[in-house]
Amino acid sequence: MNIPFFRKKNNGGDGNGIAISMDNITKVYDTGKIKVDALKGIDLSVKNGEFVAIVGPSGSGKSTLMNIIGCLDKSTDGKYELSGELVSGFDKERLADIRNRKIGFVFQNFNLLPQITALDNIEMPMIFGRVPSSERKQKARELLAKMGLSDKEAAKPTELSGGQTQRVAIARALAMDPKVLLADEPTGNLDSTSGSDILSVFSELNDQGSTIIVVTHDMALARRANRIIEIRDGRIVSDQKTN
Amino acid sequence: MTPVIDAVRQLFMDLRTQKLRTFLTTFGIVWGTVSLSLLLAFGDGLYTQMRRSFAGLGDRIVIAWPSRTSLPFEGINKGRRILVTEEDLDLVRKESRLLLSISPEYSSSFKVDIGKKTILVDISGVEPEFGEMRNLVPQKGGRFINHPDMDERRRVVFIGNDLARDMFGEEDPVGKTVKIFSSPFTVVGVLVKKDQDSSYSGRDKDKAFIPASTFTAVTGAKYPDILIYKAKSPDMNQPLTEEIRGILGKKLHFDPTDKEAIQVWDTTEMFVFLDTFMGAFRLFLGIVGLMTLIVGGIGVSNIMNVVVEERTREIGIKMALGATPRYVLFQFLTEAVIITALGGAIGLAISSGICSLFAKAGLEEFVGVPVVTLRIAILTSSLLGFVGIMAGYFPAKDAASKEPAVAMKF
Ligand SMILES: Nc1ncnc2c1ncn2[C@@H]1O[C@H](COP(=O)(O)OP(=O)(O)OP(=O)(O)O)[C@@H](O)[C@H]1O
Ligand SMILES: [Mg+2]
Repeated sequence: MNIPFFRKKNNGGDGNGIAISMDNITKVYDTGKIKVDALKGIDLSVKNGEFVAIVGPSGSGKSTLMNIIGCLDKSTDGKYELSGELVSGFDKERLADIRNRKIGFVFQNFNLLPQITALDNIEMPMIFGRVPSSERKQKARELLAKMGLSDKEAAKPTELSGGQTQRVAIARALAMDPKVLLADEPTGNLDSTSGSDILSVFSELNDQGSTIIVVTHDMALARRANRIIEIRDGRIVSDQKTN
Repeated sequence: MTPVIDAVRQLFMDLRTQKLRTFLTTFGIVWGTVSLSLLLAFGDGLYTQMRRSFAGLGDRIVIAWPSRTSLPFEGINKGRRILVTEEDLDLVRKESRLLLSISPEYSSSFKVDIGKKTILVDISGVEPEFGEMRNLVPQKGGRFINHPDMDERRRVVFIGNDLARDMFGEEDPVGKTVKIFSSPFTVVGVLVKKDQDSSYSGRDKDKAFIPASTFTAVTGAKYPDILIYKAKSPDMNQPLTEEIRGILGKKLHFDPTDKEAIQVWDTTEMFVFLDTFMGAFRLFLGIVGLMTLIVGGIGVSNIMNVVVEERTREIGIKMALGATPRYVLFQFLTEAVIITALGGAIGLAISSGICSLFAKAGLEEFVGVPVVTLRIAILTSSLLGFVGIMAGYFPAKDAASKEPAVAMKF
């Protein structure tokens, strides 16, 4: 898995090398009866090529933050720029395009579509990105190969092990060559060996230039990132470089 | 183009993996289509049937009886008998601008001999135009009375289909001879079976018709009992009657406004009534069918709602990967349209099947022949399309408006 396939073509240019820039981001969940202040003012800057781990106790707001970074949800207030674009002001159609082209998201519960094959799953973002069919197939095969799953092309997600499923999900996240790869507890549903394997994939992708943000409970895994951010009660309480 | 093809491909994949749902939704639409198109088809069939049996007497003709005056005129007392002659009819033919055709009808009951059998038959002496006006269509191999018959006072007879059976059983009567007034008449035609639900002197199937000229020559009758006429266009029947009363009033000295001197039965009124009544009836059937379709549509909408709910997670995942709300909307709309089209096609096929069964069941006399016409098919499918799109649009709109993070939690 060390062929320069994942190497970023050009990380400079837009956003002055800044991948993510957040200014006083807040999120209030309003369920009607109660309001939950899930994020209480997040200031965060991530440079291109960084490998960031986000840690914190359950309910501290890690997923909420990741969803906002990934444009899967909107912040209640604050400014968010993704590689120089002020996405906090975008409408739904433009956000869909941002998710498609700039972000790769890996979930704890994989979120593959169960009825279709591994290959079809990987092709999915490219369909939305209007990549021509033949190009799509070829790219999806290459990605599967990088993940060491060439023989699982026609397998449905239910026919794969947890680690294999997550690797298909990573391949899908990489399909559109995103600026940023986000993963919310990608190893949460895996045993420790497969979890460690997945983290190795991230390390490798980072070595090849990808910007990566991972949420994890496991401090041992978190230490493999080069920056650890700790969140408590909707606030960043520590932000440290490792080694 | 690529995204459309992909969307459709994916749609078929979804339809295949969700067989029960596809089936139920399609069933709802099939149900709606069958109800609506059948009701419309039966309405049309019944209308056509009623119109046909109304027309059994003749299509929008006027039947007139010369009677007695009810108003004094030019010093003559009322109650005078009005007698119309062939000459008077020629005058009408010459002077009327609105007339299409007119025929006298002389009638009387006579003994008719067929071999050793003798039966009493109502016989009318009429002109060739009478056949056309009164819808007396000959069966294959026969004909109605024609102009040479008239001119030469031929002894020919056209007989009703039931009378033909009474006289000849299963044999073909055409060319056979019967004796009327003790003189031989040749049968030239037999009436085709027709529906006739109104008459002024018995059903045509039991009657016999001979040339008017022959009738007068044989019986010495001078004055026709009845006049049958028709204007160039059906809506001119009323003014035509006025015109004829004017012409005959001048010639025969009666008040043209005297409605009794020549009494008329304008069958156009019957048709106007039929059209109004059946129009309302068909509208009613259409509304009932439409209601059923809407109920079906609500069913589909409900199922689509469940579907969308069931698939909200999937929608969330797709949106997370970059599917736009518009794409999601498009996918669900296409799905609704395809299911609707499929259900509609099946429904129309079932309706056509039921209609053709009905046509074979021999209930024609009572309900007519229901047919799923192009008009009904177009009407039904455009309504269906509308309902289908509505049913697909709203749930999809709802799903597409969710944030991906929210949708994915389902
Ligand atoms: N959709 C929601 N509606 C209402 N409240 C929510 C919603 N999602 C999260 N919350 C609340 O917001 C807070 C932060 O939740 P979040 O999921 O971000 O925590 P987390 O750090 O990811 O926790 P975990 O480690 O258990 O995944 C919690 O108090 C949670 O109850
Ligand atoms: Mg979480």
